[in-house]
Amino acid sequence: MASVLINFAHPALEKSRVHAQLMPAVKSIPGVTFNDLYENYPDLDINVAREQKLLLSHDIILFQHPFYWYSAPAIIKQWIDLVLEHGWAYGRTGKALQGKVMGNIISVGGPEQSYSPEGHHQHTIHEFLLPFRQTARLCNMEYAAPFVVFGVHKYEYEDIREHSRQLTETIKRLQADNFNISSLSQLSYLYQILQLPAQTQQ
Amino acid sequence: MDQHSLLFQSMVYLAAAILFVPIAKKIGLGAVLGYLLAGIIIGPSVLGFIGREGEDIMHFAEFGVVMMLFLIGIELEPTLLWRMRNSILGLGGLQVILTGAVLAAAAYLFGQPINVSLALGMILSLSSTAIILQTLNEKGWMGTIAGQSAFSVLLFQDIAVIPMLAIFPLLATHVVADAAQEHSLRDNLPGWAQTLIVLGAVAAIILAGRYLIRPLMRIIARTRVRELFTASALLIVVAIAVLMNLVGLSSALGAFLGGVVLANSEYRHELESDIEPFKGLLLGLFFIAVGASIDFKLIVQNPWLILGLVLGIMAIKALVLFSLGRIFKLSIDQNLLFSFALADIGEFAFVLLAFSHQTRLLNAETTDMLTAVVAISMAFTPLVILFYEKVIQPHYTRSERTEDRKPDEITEKHPIIIAGFGRFGSMTGRFLRANGINATILDLDSDRVDALHNMGINVYYGDASRYDLLVAAGAATAKILIIATDHPDQTVDIVKMAQKYFPHLQLLVRASGNEDAFELMDLGVLHIYRETVDTSLRLGVDALRMLGGRAYKSERASRTFFKQDEKTLKGLSALRDDKKQYISSMKERIEEMEKLMAADRMKSWLDDRQGWDPDTLREEIRKTED
Repeated sequence: MASVLINFAHPALEKSRVHAQLMPAVKSIPGVTFNDLYENYPDLDINVAREQKLLLSHDIILFQHPFYWYSAPAIIKQWIDLVLEHGWAYGRTGKALQGKVMGNIISVGGPEQSYSPEGHHQHTIHEFLLPFRQTARLCNMEYAAPFVVFGVHKYEYEDIREHSRQLTETIKRLQADNFNISSLSQLSYLYQILQLPAQTQQ
Repeated sequence: MDQHSLLFQSMVYLAAAILFVPIAKKIGLGAVLGYLLAGIIIGPSVLGFIGREGEDIMHFAEFGVVMMLFLIGIELEPTLLWRMRNSILGLGGLQVILTGAVLAAAAYLFGQPINVSLALGMILSLSSTAIILQTLNEKGWMGTIAGQSAFSVLLFQDIAVIPMLAIFPLLATHVVADAAQEHSLRDNLPGWAQTLIVLGAVAAIILAGRYLIRPLMRIIARTRVRELFTASALLIVVAIAVLMNLVGLSSALGAFLGGVVLANSEYRHELESDIEPFKGLLLGLFFIAVGASIDFKLIVQNPWLILGLVLGIMAIKALVLFSLGRIFKLSIDQNLLFSFALADIGEFAFVLLAFSHQTRLLNAETTDMLTAVVAISMAFTPLVILFYEKVIQPHYTRSERTEDRKPDEITEKHPIIIAGFGRFGSMTGRFLRANGINATILDLDSDRVDALHNMGINVYYGDASRYDLLVAAGAATAKILIIATDHPDQTVDIVKMAQKYFPHLQLLVRASGNEDAFELMDLGVLHIYRETVDTSLRLGVDALRMLGGRAYKSERASRTFFKQDEKTLKGLSALRDDKKQYISSMKERIEEMEKLMAADRMKSWLDDRQGWDPDTLREEIRKTED
């Protein structure tokens, strides 16, 4: 059984439609640690010791946030800057996070096809997520394929319900830990682990 | 009109000072020279407003020197003394011994008997603390290496007067039955008893400083009657002087000792600022008296002898000082200033001359002659320093810049002064301290001052709206003045004082409520902190969160509200300005609150941050697809 930590960041949840629905779904999964960053640190004063302790006690770390300006809300950057310390998370002696898995759960305004060389944004979502992938690699972590909800600007409330269900299933599968971890980075999107064959771990 | 009445005399002295000091300053001669000139002119030689009385005045005016030494003492903390031990003992000690020896040898060569030569050597080796420090201070040169070295030497000299007074009776060949005109307790006692009395007096001053004066000041501070403080400060100095006279010791020295004992006390700044004006006035009086006491008749009789003596002695002293300066590695220009400044003969020479006359060590003729020499040499000091400033220093201004100058020694002058260390100021003070910023703290609650002092915090008792206390706390060099007093009236007084005399200070001012904030705005204060605003809003944020509001949103809401409120307040202040009236009645205060609440209603408190609001974007996307 793998333990999952969700680092959630939404500066204006009261205006949100997608995350307002995803959040309670994810939160209610047994065994998931839900860390609401803006709620815990409204003054952006991150408690580094607490955050590092949370990282150490989990196997899979997922950032859940809206995809603002090809990146994350400000507090995630603040969190990365402060929590992933040199000598702890990276560097010659920084091996604290070795072997863990990191990934993003994001909501994106534009449809999937706009994130392609021919599309409106001219790059794939994976290319935009490069800073996260490299951050994970620098910290000796496996970077999982992202869980992306595309085209949310067009969604109505009901459309999101399906994504909410899919995300719940995905996280439960991650917790079950009955697949080859290294295959996570080969996938295009995280929900595809639902199609992976079950394996028994030694 | 009775020419000799006290009031008339006071009028003459004050008028002379007011007339001559500004003129002397204007033409660049300095205040000390102005006083001396005033003394010469109103003295018996020119106008004759003061004649015989000059001597009595001198007696009284020497009290200015006593006060000066008390103040020097009170500014000398043991740690500072310890840091200066090398220059005090080395430079000061060598100066007194060498100068004394050379001058004694010179006197011996001129045919004086050996004991008289020795006495003269000691008397003439001293320099004038009063004139030199005053002149150097006036020029702002106390912080220079020359100034610091001069200070050390003067300090040693002032202390050296004690053993000199002890040695003089030994030098006297005649055993004198009733030499001393002033009777002291020491008369007619065997040697060991005399020593005991002297030691006892010194011990009394130290013990009283430790165990009597501090509790006394505490009680007086609690009465909160300001004049009592001035009275007790004066009493301390006067009592020391009386005690020292009683045992036949120099009262200036006793005052110096008393000052050192009180240097660590939390009432130091207060005592300093209470004594300071008296010292200034009495020192001025002292300088006038020196000027008046110059006996021009004697000078006219032997002009060349006296002038020769003055110049000869000053030249010898300057030469010895210059060689010492070389040994102690002073740069040439600093060394010249050091030698020039200390070349005169000091006010203690008057005391020692009178004493030697009493012990029949010196005859009346020599005593009178030397008194004139001393007075003239003192009058020369400001002139010599003026000469240094105008002629010598310009040659060295370039070299001074290239050589690495040590920073001025400023003790306990912090960049921040906190006035008021109650529940408000203490929080700010603790915060700054936790971040490595030490502040000079002024507070009016004597119990609190005691407690903080015991904790080793730099806290001083005193009313921060007083100019001299602010000066003593280092307002001239500080950057920020935090005004956190409990009483709005006091706050306003301090603000006005600071704005008038220390316009460079950033004022950070606590206001108790909107009324005070308005008043401070009218005074042009830029940084106003209403004391309850932040706490009330923090409470409000917690309430919103407890009702299920998002933390980050509540936090931002409180900031938005705060900014809006400050803006509204400024608007109301402008309105209020037109009416120019002070809102005092409860009714008016309620009206004002109604205005504020109305402003709150008009403002929409909905979060207007468009960046996180996808509505317009969604609309656009929908339209383009249609």
